[in-house]
Amino acid sequence: MADLIAGMGTSHVPGVGAAMDNGKTDEAYWKPLFDGLKPLRAWHASNVPDVNIIVFNDHATSYSLDGYSTFTIGVGDHFEPADEGWGPRKVPNMKGHPELAWHIVEEVMAEDFDLAVAASLDLDHGFTVPLSIAYDQPDVWPTSVIPVCVNVIQHPLPTALRCFRLGQAIGRAVASFPKDMSVAIWGTGGLSHQLGGERVGVVNPEFDQMFMDNLTQDPMANTKLSHAEFIREAGCEGVEMIMWNVMRGALNTEVTEIYRFYHIPVSATAYGAIILENK
Amino acid sequence: MDTRDYDDVPGTYVLDSRTYRKGYHVNMFLMSLNRAECRDTFAENERAYLDTFPMTDDQKEAVLDRRYLDLLKLGGNVYYAFKLVSYDKQPPQVMYGQMAQPSMSFEEFQEMMGKGGRSIDGNRTIAEWNNG
Repeated sequence: MADLIAGMGTSHVPGVGAAMDNGKTDEAYWKPLFDGLKPLRAWHASNVPDVNIIVFNDHATSYSLDGYSTFTIGVGDHFEPADEGWGPRKVPNMKGHPELAWHIVEEVMAEDFDLAVAASLDLDHGFTVPLSIAYDQPDVWPTSVIPVCVNVIQHPLPTALRCFRLGQAIGRAVASFPKDMSVAIWGTGGLSHQLGGERVGVVNPEFDQMFMDNLTQDPMANTKLSHAEFIREAGCEGVEMIMWNVMRGALNTEVTEIYRFYHIPVSATAYGAIILENK
Repeated sequence: MDTRDYDDVPGTYVLDSRTYRKGYHVNMFLMSLNRAECRDTFAENERAYLDTFPMTDDQKEAVLDRRYLDLLKLGGNVYYAFKLVSYDKQPPQVMYGQMAQPSMSFEEFQEMMGKGGRSIDGNRTIAEWNNG
């Protein structure tokens, strides 16, 4: 049976990918971030699953006001980096895992989660930057991926609780997949940040640390946060943090925090990353 | 009442059904800049390209002048506006600084973030701003 070994939460700031793509990681601005990522990358190097389920959001790239599903799963056998306005990132294409993806679709639909199913889905920085954060710059990504896209930009959004419950259903689906393989799940986005309006640049370390503390100590507390609380306390785009709830929901009740890193600033955001292993 | 529980968060523009309707065409214009051929057409004649979208004159002028805060007030969303600042080959901090009040240069915005960002304290509600 498939084994869900761990979860990672990470911000997916486009500037992180650009810094890597343009060879700027040793510059004074970026060095503290990439130094902080070293232990995270070391963990990934020695814990390579067969498949990473990556929960992310599309940033007006493949989806738009013309159509944005609340939850979409990618069932294609491969995915390409998207042109989101400045040309596609020059990173490897990503290999899908249609068999597990379809199993998840069938299992979670039976639990009343209505997923949209996409075969063709160009993936923007929300997806490719976490891969770069975990695996640096390989010629080929070391795992297959299953994209799970959450609408966190066009309100009304799914609730924090709904995201957690979807994660629980995905966790059960992975556990019932009848093949021996290892799987990890990543929640991406956040942490506190606001990119628009007169309040742009607001961050809230206290809120972010509470959210990350809750992942091990009281994960249900993060399901009780309203969108308005996220917007007020963590910035308009801080609401992306609900995608971490999908990741957390998929893991066991008891998890071990392996690594945490928090750094301000990355562009206009508070960067956060965490690795949680199932007990 | 067409209000939301986040309406009292200051200096914040949420993409909801109200801004969706107001900003539909300007955001779809911005979205089109994902495509290289549209970026080329826009570069040839910005106004002529804008005229192919049923946007208001105010929205078109805000785009042409790169007045990002006005763009948000007119229904634009920042995830979409990102395409325009990228089209200009400028870092997003240029846009962020321009939207901030008081506005900031790229360097000033970077400096604020380098010092830990804008504090949440005093920035949670419009009432705090008005009493500030």
